[in-house]
Amino acid sequence: MTLPLFFQHLANGVSLGSLYALIAIGYTMVYGILRLINFAHGDIVMIAAYFAFYGVGIFMLPWWVSFPIAIFLTAVFGIFIERMAYRPLREVPRIQLFTSAVAVSFLLENLGIVIFGGRPEAFQRPAFMDQTLTIGGAKVVTYTFVIIGVALILFAALLYVVKYTRVGVAMRALSKDIETTGLMGVNTDRIISLAFAIGSGLAAVGGILQAIKFPQINPLMGVMPGLKAFVAAVLGGIGNITGAMIGGFLLGIAEILIVAFFPTLAGYRDAFSFGILILLLLFRPTGIMGEVEPEKV
Amino acid sequence: MDMKWNRNTILTLVALVVFAGFLYYAQNHFNYYVLRIMNLCAIFTIFAVTFNLIFGYTGQFSLGHAGFAAVGAYAAALLTMSVAQKEANFFLKPILPFLANIEWHFLPSLFMAGIMAAIVALIVGGPALRLRGDYLAMATLGFGEIIRVVFVNTQRLTNGSLGLKGIPEYTTLYWSWGAALLTIFVLKRLVNSSYGRALRAVRDDEVAAEALGVRLFYHKILAFVVSSFFVGVAGGLLANLISTIDPKVFLFTLSYQIVGIAVMGGMGSLTGSTIAACLYTVFLEVLRPIESPFNIGSLRVPGVPGMRMVLFSALLLFVILFYRKGIFGGKEFTWDGLFSVVKRLGNRLRKKPPAPVAAGDEEVER
Repeated sequence: MTLPLFFQHLANGVSLGSLYALIAIGYTMVYGILRLINFAHGDIVMIAAYFAFYGVGIFMLPWWVSFPIAIFLTAVFGIFIERMAYRPLREVPRIQLFTSAVAVSFLLENLGIVIFGGRPEAFQRPAFMDQTLTIGGAKVVTYTFVIIGVALILFAALLYVVKYTRVGVAMRALSKDIETTGLMGVNTDRIISLAFAIGSGLAAVGGILQAIKFPQINPLMGVMPGLKAFVAAVLGGIGNITGAMIGGFLLGIAEILIVAFFPTLAGYRDAFSFGILILLLLFRPTGIMGEVEPEKV
Repeated sequence: MDMKWNRNTILTLVALVVFAGFLYYAQNHFNYYVLRIMNLCAIFTIFAVTFNLIFGYTGQFSLGHAGFAAVGAYAAALLTMSVAQKEANFFLKPILPFLANIEWHFLPSLFMAGIMAAIVALIVGGPALRLRGDYLAMATLGFGEIIRVVFVNTQRLTNGSLGLKGIPEYTTLYWSWGAALLTIFVLKRLVNSSYGRALRAVRDDEVAAEALGVRLFYHKILAFVVSSFFVGVAGGLLANLISTIDPKVFLFTLSYQIVGIAVMGGMGSLTGSTIAACLYTVFLEVLRPIESPFNIGSLRVPGVPGMRMVLFSALLLFVILFYRKGIFGGKEFTWDGLFSVVKRLGNRLRKKPPAPVAAGDEEVER
């Protein structure tokens, strides 16, 4: 493999990893606070892509209006799901909450098939993201830089919010102990809503960027990225935001490079991250950044 | 006590004989379409009760049913297909030599289908079951998708995305309902044994169960592997019922449907799962017209493809949020329960205060 070709694959891997990382953050934030694997998170990705698609396709909005609106609506949608399907079940055993998440996911996918139609739609890339640049022999399409750039800016912003703002402190407190945090005067419901909004918003960005990278959308498009982002979250240490970012990048890069170096394995590309999950669960279930958390009695 | 046991056993035997007579009549007189639905009822019953063993009794969440059914279906299909059929199917690439020249009977094929699924369950569940219940869901969902990817790529084993055609249609009501009853019987015996009590202890409180000496991992994997065995068998029945399979038959949405059936039937109730599975299969057929255009008076209503699944998933969410018990809510059908209900109804008709309900220990499944 030539060096330019390697960098081409690397750029591809980093941009794919950015998508996984963006989606993985939603998993990890919700898990950190509610100990819930938000099973419907992958479908949020799909919803966002369709919002953006219809904004451009039906309401004839320019992409720079349509995309932010789609992200905002998806964030609101995330809050709505938490209100309707998760909040009523907060006091029951956790596995029931998970069942509810599975049902939400099932409902969203079926609604997607009925409302958006089962046929895949072609997603229009904004023109400036569709140019191929040749940098030192490596061919890179401009959207690659957009994806990586947007992801890095959002990660920096999120880390700042979580680390230095009052809501960020509240969020971290909540992930340690919801009840005590509530007694300290924090409006826990609002912080949980906010966590869902941020997670869904980032997933929406991920969904739209995914639709730009692979410009075809369908009602089941969120399932595979959702699953892989979950693997990324576990890889980074579930509950840990920095870990989710690292895990996402690692998974994306590894996936692309393995296919690049062993083209015969290309058909098994989707199987690869699953193999990582099994190995992780066997040898290091806490992931890279995760801490061992004793089960509470 | 002895007397009562006898009465219940006799009633069960009578019910089984009546049911067998019904199956005999149905197999010989009902048309092809009705028979297929009845077979599907049995297959979905197996899916639902086995999911219930994993989730309702053990508290672990598996979304791998579609994958295990796929393993079983392909195993049974490849074993039962005639040599000539295999040659006709594998025209792009030849089939692996060890499969080319064998044609097994249905019974050993089904058994093998179950064994294969159980082995795969051991490999997938082993790592995931060391952690909390919902990790299993993600691992098995991933597995279900991966198994499809693998089946598409291993052309010499599975014929890839072309699928297998001309699988002999061995599945009859005797096979399907026989397997369903056997599954229910085995699961019933399992959950009423000391193993079953251990499983429920794991579900209710892992820490407490472990402190009392219940081997968590052993019991979880036991429930998972036993379930998967029967799911594999059901997959084999399905393959030999519909006679054409390809990797797309076993999409993960199949697993979701099974979750929905079991939750609606009531977690921890094999009766509930059985009834819900039959209701689900029948209603899906009854509601088929809403997905094609139809007329109300002079108004033409366009059909909405996929509408039935929307209704089903919305109903599922409703049940989870507002009626978590499901149809049976952890209770089982028992003859004692039936008699006490009849007695209470009789009392109510005669305006008498209801007699106290006797809790039956001998739970009898049909």
